[in-house]
Amino acid sequence: MTLFLQRIIDGLQNGAIYSVVAIPMVLIFKATTLINFAQGELAMIGAFFAFVFAVQAFSMNIILATILAMVIAALLGMGIERTMLRSFDPTDHLPVVLITLGVFYIVNAFAGDIWNYQAQANVPNLLYDLPLIGDWMQGRSSFFTSETNKLGLRIQHDSVGLVGALLIMLSALHVILNRTKMGLAFRGVSSNTEASRLVGIRVGRILSFGWGLACAFGALGAILVAPRITLQPNMMLTVLVYALAAAAFGGLDSVGGAALGGFVVGLLNSVILGYISDVDRLSSLTAAPLLFPVVLLLVVLWFKPTGLFGTKSVERV
Amino acid sequence: MSENILEVRDLQASYGQVDVLRGVALEVKTGEVCVILGANGAGKTTTLRSICNMPIVSSTGTIKFAGEDISNTDTGGIVAQGMAHVPQGRGTFPELSTLENLQLGAYVRKDNEVDDDIDRWFQMFPVLKERKDQAAGSLSGGEQQMLAVSRALMSRPKLLLLDEPSLGLAPIIIEDLFATFKQINQDEGTTMLIVEQNANLALSIAQSAYVLETGSIALSGPAAQLRDDPAVQEAYLGA
Repeated sequence: MTLFLQRIIDGLQNGAIYSVVAIPMVLIFKATTLINFAQGELAMIGAFFAFVFAVQAFSMNIILATILAMVIAALLGMGIERTMLRSFDPTDHLPVVLITLGVFYIVNAFAGDIWNYQAQANVPNLLYDLPLIGDWMQGRSSFFTSETNKLGLRIQHDSVGLVGALLIMLSALHVILNRTKMGLAFRGVSSNTEASRLVGIRVGRILSFGWGLACAFGALGAILVAPRITLQPNMMLTVLVYALAAAAFGGLDSVGGAALGGFVVGLLNSVILGYISDVDRLSSLTAAPLLFPVVLLLVVLWFKPTGLFGTKSVERV
Repeated sequence: MSENILEVRDLQASYGQVDVLRGVALEVKTGEVCVILGANGAGKTTTLRSICNMPIVSSTGTIKFAGEDISNTDTGGIVAQGMAHVPQGRGTFPELSTLENLQLGAYVRKDNEVDDDIDRWFQMFPVLKERKDQAAGSLSGGEQQMLAVSRALMSRPKLLLLDEPSLGLAPIIIEDLFATFKQINQDEGTTMLIVEQNANLALSIAQSAYVLETGSIALSGPAAQLRDDPAVQEAYLGA
């Protein structure tokens, strides 16, 4: 029983990581109906920016470094949209998706060249420096600790913090998308590009805004998870596959769905692989942990391509 | 303001290799309802799309709107100058609520009377008020058309382009809709350019009309005159 509970907790802990990466992916999908394969790498480079500002070069406060990294990541995303993607017909997905794959390799190689493919030491934890909860996060209450607590479970304090940060991220996105004129225009473009032009929305600017928003939140996500999954150029490689499965599960164009999808993928992964590894003859399966999200992705696309909360493009005429 | 709110000269348009418009010229007088009649494929929709510079179609020619040359202005700029377009297939935002659709209709406006205008169109179309929090895609065809028209009127246009507003609607709803167009034209002074297959109804509320045949204007004149024209009667009025 304890093992079962522990697997659920581990699953949720990992799930928060997948959610944090899946949400920006959904933002891009909403704006452009394409999967941005470079999402993980752009988030990774954002985490490196924060690392440079906070540790390597300027010894900045990590909160300030995070905000600055989010701004730079947003500008980077907007620049990529403007220079590499804008000139292509957005309804022709193949070249655009290929470009995002190209960006993936460029950013990865760029980061590898500068920072090496090794995990960085002394990665600051944003959660520890937050006002109010920072002390508690560091204080390591006896219940949330990296060691086994009195219930025999390991619930890491920074995972609790990550879930909290995720909820704040979701609320912020909700406000931006549902309570601002820019957000309304973003959802308009996502719903009907032609009609958006007809009400006077400059669609290109909104796509830029979408990329900026996604990259800023992507960077924030990577900064939050970096202390858990290590900071290095390949940190997002496996996470990206899980996040893709999470986004597909939630419906690709639903921000809340992606958040929930992350937890579901984390849970299923932890519980199912946990039990498979208990069966001796099947234990070699766990040597290929990426098998699971790929299978889940296939199952979702096969049986319910719109995911749980995705928009079916069926209308009354 | 000049007498003509819209002047189109020598409009040529093509989709790839296919020429759709071959030198269309037309004028719409300020304050009137003008209709463009024509068979399928005559180029009616392309004419409207070229006027407000929608993508996909490439066109040449001069278009003057309220005295200004808008031939090279992008769609957003044209909307900001006071033209609104209800495209074929309505052009609503299916995932957004009725209310949000109307709010987006006022996207180019910077005054603070947007909510008053929303109330006004809710009075004109009470069913939209009942459905204000419902996703536009879940409305019936007639309701969506009402929404599309109100959405376009939310930008307070000087000129409203309507592309086959009757398409796919029941006859009784179509009659109501055209009665509303007439009322809006009279009350608000909104000039309208309507593309329509339902020639009878369209001519009954219009002051002037054009007949488009394979990419050029075949006939034009006051609506009453075209209604009595034997050639028009035979081709479009089913007489």
